[in-house]
Amino acid sequence: MGKMSVELDVFVGNTTIMDEEVYQFWLDGYTVADAVRVRMEGGVLQECEASAEVLHSDTMDQFRTFQMCERLLHCPSKLANQLLFQIPPHRQAMLIERYYAFDDAFVREVLGKKLSKGTKKDLDDVSAKTGITLKSCRRQFDNFKRVFKVVEELKGSLVENIQQHFLLSDKLARDYAAIVFFANNRFETGKRKLQYLSFQDFAFCAVQLINNWTVGAVDNMVEDMDVDLDKEFLQDLKDLKVLITDKDMLDQHKSLVCTALRGKTKVFNEMEANFKNLSRGLVNIAAKLMNAKDVRDFFIDLVEKFIEPCRSDRWTAGDIKLFLTHYTNSVHILDTFKHQVVWDRYMGVVKSCILKMYHD
Amino acid sequence: MPGKLKAKIVAGRHLPVMDRASDLTDAFVEVKFGNTTFKTDVYPKSLNPQWNSEWFKFEVDDEDLQDEPLQITVLDHDTYSANDAIGKVYIDIDPLLSSEAATVISGWFPIYDTIHGIRGEINVLVKVDLFNDLNRFRQSSCGVKFFCTTSIPRCYRAAMVHGFVEELVVNEDPEYQWIDRIRTPRASNEARQRLISLMSGELQRKIGLKVLEMGGNAVVGYLQCFDLEGESGLVVRAIGTACTLEKLSNSSAAAPPACNSPSKDIKEPPFSEDPNPNTHSSGPSTPLKTQTYSFSPSKSYSRQSSSSDTDLSLTPKTGMGSGGSAGKEGGPLKTLLRQQTQSALEQREFPFFTLTSFPPGFLIHVGGVVSARSVKLLDRIHNPDEPETRDAWWEEIRQEIKSHARALGCHAVVGYSESTSICEEVCILSASGTAAVLHPKFMQEGCLDGYSDPSRLEEPSPPSCGFCHIPYDELNIPFPAHLTYCYHCRRQKVPDVLFTTIDMPAEAAVTGKGCLIQARLCRLKKKAQGEVNATAISNLLPFMEYELHTQLMNKLKLRGMNALFGLRIQISVGENMLVGLASATAVYLTALPTPGGIQIAGKTPSDITYEQHISNMQKKINDTIAKNKELYEVNPPEVIEEVIGSPIPEPRQRSRLFRSHSESSDEVSELDLSHGKKDAFVLEIDDTDAVEDIHSLLTDTPAPAGFYSCNTEIMPGIYNWTSGLQMFTSVRVFRLSNANLTNQGLNKIFNDLCENLLKSLYFKLRSMIPCCLCHLNFTVAVPEDELIQVAVTAVAMTFDKDQAQENWKLGADKTHMKAIVENEEQLQFPLELCTESPSTNPFSPCRGTGLQESANAHATPRASSLEKASPLPEGRSRSLRSTRSYAGSTVAVVKMTPLSFIPGTRIIKYLGIINMFFIRETTSLREEGGVSGFLHAFIAEVFAMVRAHVAALGGNAVVSYSMKECVFMENPNKNQAQCLINVSGDAVIFMRESELEATPAPPQTSCSGGEVTT
Repeated sequence: MGKMSVELDVFVGNTTIMDEEVYQFWLDGYTVADAVRVRMEGGVLQECEASAEVLHSDTMDQFRTFQMCERLLHCPSKLANQLLFQIPPHRQAMLIERYYAFDDAFVREVLGKKLSKGTKKDLDDVSAKTGITLKSCRRQFDNFKRVFKVVEELKGSLVENIQQHFLLSDKLARDYAAIVFFANNRFETGKRKLQYLSFQDFAFCAVQLINNWTVGAVDNMVEDMDVDLDKEFLQDLKDLKVLITDKDMLDQHKSLVCTALRGKTKVFNEMEANFKNLSRGLVNIAAKLMNAKDVRDFFIDLVEKFIEPCRSDRWTAGDIKLFLTHYTNSVHILDTFKHQVVWDRYMGVVKSCILKMYHD
Repeated sequence: MPGKLKAKIVAGRHLPVMDRASDLTDAFVEVKFGNTTFKTDVYPKSLNPQWNSEWFKFEVDDEDLQDEPLQITVLDHDTYSANDAIGKVYIDIDPLLSSEAATVISGWFPIYDTIHGIRGEINVLVKVDLFNDLNRFRQSSCGVKFFCTTSIPRCYRAAMVHGFVEELVVNEDPEYQWIDRIRTPRASNEARQRLISLMSGELQRKIGLKVLEMGGNAVVGYLQCFDLEGESGLVVRAIGTACTLEKLSNSSAAAPPACNSPSKDIKEPPFSEDPNPNTHSSGPSTPLKTQTYSFSPSKSYSRQSSSSDTDLSLTPKTGMGSGGSAGKEGGPLKTLLRQQTQSALEQREFPFFTLTSFPPGFLIHVGGVVSARSVKLLDRIHNPDEPETRDAWWEEIRQEIKSHARALGCHAVVGYSESTSICEEVCILSASGTAAVLHPKFMQEGCLDGYSDPSRLEEPSPPSCGFCHIPYDELNIPFPAHLTYCYHCRRQKVPDVLFTTIDMPAEAAVTGKGCLIQARLCRLKKKAQGEVNATAISNLLPFMEYELHTQLMNKLKLRGMNALFGLRIQISVGENMLVGLASATAVYLTALPTPGGIQIAGKTPSDITYEQHISNMQKKINDTIAKNKELYEVNPPEVIEEVIGSPIPEPRQRSRLFRSHSESSDEVSELDLSHGKKDAFVLEIDDTDAVEDIHSLLTDTPAPAGFYSCNTEIMPGIYNWTSGLQMFTSVRVFRLSNANLTNQGLNKIFNDLCENLLKSLYFKLRSMIPCCLCHLNFTVAVPEDELIQVAVTAVAMTFDKDQAQENWKLGADKTHMKAIVENEEQLQFPLELCTESPSTNPFSPCRGTGLQESANAHATPRASSLEKASPLPEGRSRSLRSTRSYAGSTVAVVKMTPLSFIPGTRIIKYLGIINMFFIRETTSLREEGGVSGFLHAFIAEVFAMVRAHVAALGGNAVVSYSMKECVFMENPNKNQAQCLINVSGDAVIFMRESELEATPAPPQTSCSGGEVTT
């Protein structure tokens, strides 16, 4: 050709036309040219006797549409009330859900980090490391930050607040709750030793912490109830120290656990030999949690003080479960120990976290 | 005080941040009508202000009510400096002036700014109290209803069709006033928007007065256009068909299903049920059996005449009225009838009708297309501020059209439209229509009583072919014509090809399906000024028309078809070229003979390779014809034999050039444009043009499987529409970067442009297959030196390909259709204006494209699989739904379609005409995504504003929607662009057929003024 060029090319439907596949390319930060290439490889051309030009024009139109919708997606409730695009409700839901979806690889990079400008500047590193386009990284980061900002100051359930303001599915709202929770408490998740853990591992732990350790676990009408840990509880955790400082209690605890486990596990000897170390590890983690700095290290501490020793002794997940069950329950028999409620509240979470985290 | 207008400002939402410091806005509203302005209080520091104002009352003349729009301006209060305007809403209150239309306007309107686009929304309530006004000298025409629809609106009956109304108003274009040099672009745009709104109101009022004078109560087929003449002014003009409409009472509920199929027209009560005593009753629905007279010039009226020829109109050549040519079979009755019709029509200066489809029995014969063009110089207008000169121009053109119709033995012109193309000081005026013979029954009161039922005296010719029978005198054809006896009834003569500008009559017998045909043509011309330029253009026009018609004819034959409907020929003028685009829907009319093929001949049979070449080409053409016949299911029954004694035993293999008429203010040489006296349609390929023609013929790619397209309302041959609906507008502008283009090169580019645009549309809409693109309306313009702009508005509609057309044709199998409709029903968004969607997901995920306006037609089987295929997990949609109802969407779904109906539904109320004009301008073109981003946003905004106005009137759809103007100008170097868009349509309330059946009473309430409000 060469004798003409398309100066302007638009298509606008009364009902906004959106192709989910193209939307995903846009979300993934593809350029129009890349999206066209991938679509061609996908065989869409055969579908309707189209040419590359046709595909390019279609892709451009849709990318433009998505760009125009983006402003609305930042405040999803607006999407339902805006007049500019006529989009059926279920398509709106799709648009929102996909827009707020994130890549596991990406979230692992920023989980627990402060959602600040500094972190945003480092996104090109994240992009290079994960292979996710910078544009997509930015969108995901901005989503995290936006959700964080909106729900930060709200009363009530974190998950419900996220759902109401961003119209997300239960699942995605729970994931965002985890992200917000981690960002707020700045949990360390990036250390090498934690690399083997997936986002879903952490999200599971977040639910445990939110449900049991936050202010909201005791009072569901305060601000930040699901975001901040219950300070009083953290303070009380210090009292658990008696379990390792009182030699009698420590010995008694050990013998109760050993009695219960004898013959029931192949790693009995290792357990017996290591009991005091493991118990010290778990109780020390508890005792330190009142310092914000040590809260951040909660997961790395669990790994270093408990998971790694067990792993090197080749405990199975079953062994861990058995041990933690009896380790927790045996304390109830120690009549000199006065902090059963705090102990259960602590160990309930620690136990489920460890069980979730104990894998390769 | 004949009227009291009341407005209440309720609330705003999503307002833009006007105060950067607080990230908030202190908004208040000015409500202006005429010279009166009210203000609301300032609602401080909010982007969602709740004004809840008192009722602002304006006491005004109804004349003003018709002319003026209600102007609502939203501003940001600023203590220290001037208040900043956020944007405006213009509300046309005309729909409130008719008792049968809307009673209240209430809803969210986008706040529009010509520089920033939509900036939030405002909730407004408007009412009008009209007092009875007995002033007989009144200037207003309140109560006259306007319809864009070019047929009798679906819930009305035409008691009388009075005829043509036209009006034209002129004003100085604010953009060309001296003050424009010192005011902001925003002020200038708003002045223009306001002016056009005022002029439209005035125009409508004046046309309304004419209608009242004629004794009518409505204008149907209302077509309003504006001409940006530049220095000489801004013209708003309109044409329409005055009618007396009667609302169908609750019988409409009992009447057969209406809107979804033309079948309704067949079944409509015949005239004899006419309750109006003034109109005669004429028995069966195929009343007019006058056919015995045969008049005759060929419909292919290929005369080239200069303007002096208009005296044709004064001396009817074909002897109409004299009875002399009434034909051998004509009885006295026919002559009488004819004379009557004539007299009925002759009382009118212009027996023109903007309608494109007609009540049964109205259209008796169709002669063929008549058209006229004229080149004018705008800088020669003596008194540019007055309409006289333009009136005279159009008068001249209409006279010419009238004379052409007469030459075809016709006394009326139907499917009539007018248009202009302006480039600098040159203006091409065009008019076209279809010459026709009409039944007088709709036009004259009481005069036909004696002859009320001609069919009793004569055998009626069937409605399925009667309109094809020639109206002209067979013995007095000025041009070679090939007539045969009708292949359907064998009684009357028909031409071998029929071209028309109307929709195909619903009762016409067709074979197979139809298809869109386009002829495309560019012609270079030298840049010139004034008279020289006008002459050059005038000289080019006949050649262009000739070539366009040749192309049309070739393409028609290539598809094995014999008639064109909806023919629209547009010739646009630019500084250095003319662009012509003809679109039509081709069909095979059973009544007309099978078209011959196309035969290629070399001029000088020379060497063998040359012969070889020719025979290859011939083979290709023959193959294409065969393929097309299969594709479009054109399998006419074998003709047993010519009726014995047929007076015209001529070879069928021949084509006649259809000519329209071209005229200019300058002299035009006489051309013989017919294909001479050859017996066969031969293309000589020594002629380079012919080679090009053949190539372009063969490069037209058919629509992909599952797609059909047409530029008429519906596709001939498809009857079983389902409810998938997607209206769209697509605009493309191409830059020709090479100055050394030849005509051929240019043609190829233009041809590719149109073909590629169609391909893009098919691709975009592929998830709707099987579907048909209906009312594909191409508009071409040459906005600048090297730019060609093509704009398309159409609707894609799904249909059920499995249903045999015979079922429908017999009208017997309604149940099938109903079943489909009902299945869809569950998938529709409910009529109520909350958009809570049903849990079944109506959109097709198969290709991941949600195209359909609402529901997929074949949804029931698919819907279940849809849910499974949905990427969202089960529990999710439930929670989403609850969340959504919490969020409380207030946006009503509004369907838009260029057609006059929505399949599977019945229109129960017309709420008034939508006629909106917007300007959008930017000085930050790059930042807004370049020209495409700019226009994309603007078109989306226009749709949004149309939908909002319809919803505020209580409607859920706009029918007969069209984008009549899309003027785009850019200056990329300055980072600027400007666009003007004019859209129109009819706001309606429709109901699903199944809803109507479930509740037998509802139309009653709706008809009596009940409204649906949000």
